[in-house]
Amino acid sequence: MIVKAVRAVLLALVALFFLFPIFWVLLMSVMTNQDILRSPPSLIFEPTLENYVALISGQLDTSVGTLEVAYMRNLMNSLILGVGSVLLSLLLGVPAAYAFARFRFRLGENIAFTLLSFRFAPPLLVLLPLLFYFQQLGLYDTYFGLIWVYQLITLPLILWIVRGYFEDISEDIEHAYRLDGHSWLATFLRIAIPLARPGIAAAALLAFIFAWNNFIFALILGSSDVQPVTVGALAFITASGINYGQIAAALVLSVVPTLILALFAQRYLVEGLSLGAVKG
Amino acid sequence: MASLSLDKVSKIYGPRRQAGVLAVRDLTMRIDDGEIVGLLGSSGCGKTSTLRMIAGFESVTQGEIRIGDRRLNDLPPAQRGVAMAFEGYALYPPLRIEDNIAFGLLRARMPKAEVARKVADVARLLEIENILGSYPSTLSGGQQQRVSLARALVRGADLHLLDEPMSQLEPQLRAILRARIKDYLIEHKMTTVFVTHDQTEAIALADRIAIMEAGELQQLASPEDLKEKPANLFVASFVGEPPMNLFPAEVDSNNAIQVINRADEKAFSIDLDGAGDAAAQILHPGRKIHLGIRPHRIRVGPVGVNDGANAVARGMLLSNQWLGDQSHLGINVGGCFMIAVSDRDVALRTDEAVDVSLPFGALHVFDRDDERALLHGMSPAEA
Repeated sequence: MIVKAVRAVLLALVALFFLFPIFWVLLMSVMTNQDILRSPPSLIFEPTLENYVALISGQLDTSVGTLEVAYMRNLMNSLILGVGSVLLSLLLGVPAAYAFARFRFRLGENIAFTLLSFRFAPPLLVLLPLLFYFQQLGLYDTYFGLIWVYQLITLPLILWIVRGYFEDISEDIEHAYRLDGHSWLATFLRIAIPLARPGIAAAALLAFIFAWNNFIFALILGSSDVQPVTVGALAFITASGINYGQIAAALVLSVVPTLILALFAQRYLVEGLSLGAVKG
Repeated sequence: MASLSLDKVSKIYGPRRQAGVLAVRDLTMRIDDGEIVGLLGSSGCGKTSTLRMIAGFESVTQGEIRIGDRRLNDLPPAQRGVAMAFEGYALYPPLRIEDNIAFGLLRARMPKAEVARKVADVARLLEIENILGSYPSTLSGGQQQRVSLARALVRGADLHLLDEPMSQLEPQLRAILRARIKDYLIEHKMTTVFVTHDQTEAIALADRIAIMEAGELQQLASPEDLKEKPANLFVASFVGEPPMNLFPAEVDSNNAIQVINRADEKAFSIDLDGAGDAAAQILHPGRKIHLGIRPHRIRVGPVGVNDGANAVARGMLLSNQWLGDQSHLGINVGGCFMIAVSDRDVALRTDEAVDVSLPFGALHVFDRDDERALLHGMSPAEA
């Protein structure tokens, strides 16, 4: 009984610890800068939507005049970059993961490991040379260029997670399907992929969040035309001060797409985790 | 329905041009149309590799596999005309059981009514009628295995491959289904190759059994021949329960076989007078051999009772166990331990001297060096 109560209290504390910042940001996004900076802070204030209005209209009123912000454009850019790079990674990574899971070929493990090693190097290490390449190749400040470089983040993730799922699927099901008169390709598309679908969905979601959260690549390799929300939020640190209210509102807006995705994909995530139990 | 032939088939796992793991070596066998052949051997003997090569999941390193006149080596599995029941069942998870069984038939554009009839037939045969509407994930291992078997049997392919088809079934059901499946295979004239490590299953189901060991075919013969005419020492020791009694022995200058015990001493001897010309020719003095005799061919009686057997040795009864339908007797003859089986309850007490009769007709002789069979019941073993 006491153990139960203690456990409940501890869990509540943990939840509070992790959820409080989110709650605080939500509050801040509906406060004016004056309310936010009041000392001591108070929970009693007049909620306002002006932060959101400013973001959506793109007009940022500051003490020294009106500033243009392209936050909605940044949001769009984030979507384009995230969806684009995950789609490309799925297209390349799922067949590759299948190959690594099913076939033993020369240098196979080495290639897989090399792909994983992209995740080891800190991006800063390669950014400067990349910048020069990109300027030479005309990839600087293009969606394509950023989606390409985002493959460093999303491809290894998808490859390695999905490979594990393919390895968990009994090869015999694919064999049975082939004996029933289907080609290798049909087996891959109709048996392997559907059975690994929870894993693919989980990997894609994770890759999308990683891509969404990326900051440094877009900061260096693109201008504001293609930059995502992570970089766009910098615009609220202005010469006349930091607009905490707008930053908070921007944060809330930027979390919404991933939150919706995560809620939608929750079923797959749980299914993905329990896949091992189905094997019979 | 067709015959299957394997011609000097080898399988080596591992990278090309490097010494890999030899799984199957020079396997040659011919399986006739409508014949049921069991591949029997212990784990890692190459039986499953052989099955997978026939199905097309493993490449053939060397040699040729044919169904009828069609060479299979380079055909994809889909074009081989083979149906298979997998050891791991491999049912399609999103399909109900009846759809799982019907899948291959519908794919081959068989009319729906006929498919339904066939599925119902095979479901009755394997006692899975009550689960036709369920999904694979809700079934026990034994049920899934029967579904997998049903899916393979119903196909009516040129060749049916069954990998450990009954390993998960309860003993009673297994005994019933064995007989039913055999009837079904014969009735539909289905050429079948199955893999098992269960001798009883192999003997009950197969027309002929291929004994494999270390990647090589040891013998392909009917269950009776495997017992009565084992081709070599391995087959002799592998087939039969309890296993054949085997002792090293040597032919001495007095035309008798001296059986040697574990301490390398002479245990007892068998006089070869009257053993026949073939025996005289092969068992020349000084020849080193292994002598074998099946437990149920040894007769044990009280001292002094000679029932006319050619060779009698005196020993000590070590154990006498009545199993309800047969007796297992453990006897020590001059330091050689042998087991005899009698279908009666034998009224002999342990630690008493007994006489052991070893009729010539029951003796198997193997060469000590290359372990090939030389004589079965004093007639020459076929080469």
